[in-house]
Amino acid sequence: MSQPKPEQLVQIQYGPQPRDWMDPAVEFRKGTFCYSALAKNLNYLGLPNARDWQPFDEDWKLPPDWKRIILDGMKERLEKFRSFRLFMDICVRCGACADKCHFFLGSGDPKNMPVLRAELMRSVYRRYFTLAGRLLGRLAGARDLTEDVIKEWFYYFYQCTECRRCSVFCPYGIDTAEITMIGRELLNLIGCNINWVLEPAANCFRTGNHLGVQPHGFKDSVDFAVDELEELTGIRVDASINRKGAEVLFIVPSADYFGTPHYYTFLGYLALLHEIGLDYTFSAFASEGGNFGLFNSHEMIKRLNAKVYAEARRLGVKWILGGECGHMWRVLHQYMDTMNGPADFLEVPVSPVTGTRFEHARSTKMVHICEFTADLIHNGKLRLDPSRNDHWTVTFHDSCNPARAMGLLEEPRYILRSVCNRFHEMPENTIREQTFCCGSGSGLGTDENFEMRMRGGLPRANAVKYVHQRHGVNLLACICAIDKATLPPLLEYWVPGVEVAGVHELVGNALVMRGERPRLTDLRGEPATQAEAVHA
Amino acid sequence: MPVFEVHGRTYDVDEDGFLQEPSVWNQDVAADFATSEGVAELTDAHWKVINYLRNYYLQFGIAPMIRKLCKETGFKLNEIYQLFPSGPAKGACKLAGLPKPTGCV
Repeated sequence: MSQPKPEQLVQIQYGPQPRDWMDPAVEFRKGTFCYSALAKNLNYLGLPNARDWQPFDEDWKLPPDWKRIILDGMKERLEKFRSFRLFMDICVRCGACADKCHFFLGSGDPKNMPVLRAELMRSVYRRYFTLAGRLLGRLAGARDLTEDVIKEWFYYFYQCTECRRCSVFCPYGIDTAEITMIGRELLNLIGCNINWVLEPAANCFRTGNHLGVQPHGFKDSVDFAVDELEELTGIRVDASINRKGAEVLFIVPSADYFGTPHYYTFLGYLALLHEIGLDYTFSAFASEGGNFGLFNSHEMIKRLNAKVYAEARRLGVKWILGGECGHMWRVLHQYMDTMNGPADFLEVPVSPVTGTRFEHARSTKMVHICEFTADLIHNGKLRLDPSRNDHWTVTFHDSCNPARAMGLLEEPRYILRSVCNRFHEMPENTIREQTFCCGSGSGLGTDENFEMRMRGGLPRANAVKYVHQRHGVNLLACICAIDKATLPPLLEYWVPGVEVAGVHELVGNALVMRGERPRLTDLRGEPATQAEAVHA
Repeated sequence: MPVFEVHGRTYDVDEDGFLQEPSVWNQDVAADFATSEGVAELTDAHWKVINYLRNYYLQFGIAPMIRKLCKETGFKLNEIYQLFPSGPAKGACKLAGLPKPTGCV
């Protein structure tokens, strides 16, 4: 597939469109949408209307009573989720959110303004669930539900990464991501899903992780990492799997033991947890922190998340530690406790090294590794040599969910300032709770969606370009596996010369381990930048 | 379901051109799919990567870690990209008849 060049893509038209917004027709142009989910994955998960189809087909092969299914589904959710009804009713269309969406900024398509994206569903809500809409129709902003509306929903609800940046600016606090979530959930009822969400979900249901890694494959990967860490540091760490009676269960995204650059972060975890002597174990079934159910339906979130507490109970641990993953933390922080808890068989997490009691996790019993590591550094428990990261000039990309869904803003920065000498922030309206999405989250990080990903990632890449040119930044640190997979091609496209790494890769580089031999390379195997004799 | 036609043979593939049924793979299949990945000729270096992927897949049911692939074959990641322009997951795995990895990768 020939891809548009950056200088072409950056010619964005923000002017009004000639067409009335109520016209639902969309063009499924290659590069701007994701392929449909394969029937085998729907069947595996027991989802309705499994069939062969693609979004660019004329006939989507919807079930005969698709309209009733959608309207019944809407009615059920309006009664079940008060937030959904509220978000349908209270928007005054002030437009504060309009230019806050990365997809609008990168595409100029008005239906990517969060207010209008939500209006695509509100117009149907008005038509069938309000008196004014039933009586006055178009005059009251109401639209009939047609097959073209379903196609439009599919196009735009899979052109929202559920990043929630718009919600930060909404004076009413409308969370447009929740509207997208309901939109996807309704489409799911008639079998309109994307494969990049449902194949990982089906894999997760079968093997415990998105990639479909089976227990012997998981062990092979962990063993390989242990061997390689020994070659790099001279220290052999113990990384146990399914060990009953360990104090802590450690759950990471599966990409950490599969992808690059994720893998270097995995080495960083192993080095750190060995150095402090944490009594922890992995689980070969809870071998995935991520939960693509979040991008499908509430029901799927619950089904895929159940393994976390189940494995913690089976292994008899006291609490759970979680790795660098983005959307995983929205699920763990905001859904897990009420969906699959209470985990009253676990204890309130206490760091065995510092004695710190993680009160904020007293209910979920699960701590983010950045919180855990920041606490170690704050209490002076780690020997760190930040000069080992002097080949990097670093900036930090707040991943949407850890930043906006759990408020993890200070800990990663505190760690980075401790393990790197050269750190520069991007402009303030692009970081922390105002962070710009990578453009590929919520299951949209597929190759076929390349153009839309580059468009959606433009605001983020633009901020990286600013610090790259101003401060010579050559490394973007982040704490999300989707980021680590999708930011490298984004930056290669818009800002060549900036690499991507996890925070704990940099921790692993800087960590001075007891008994280690001089580090000749960093965790990537690249030659160390300076003499190592000091620590010998 | 899309079909990939080459040298008078046809294969069921997914939208990205990956072989749908990994069990029909043999060396001729790899050579056929090379044409779709911009690989002009399969050299010993290509076969080293393809065979490693294939054997790993038969044992574990999935592609190996990218880092492991590099280490066990002795090629750096940029060298893999030179051999297979779409990279290890999308290029090399396609020629070896493996399904495309999905998730945060």
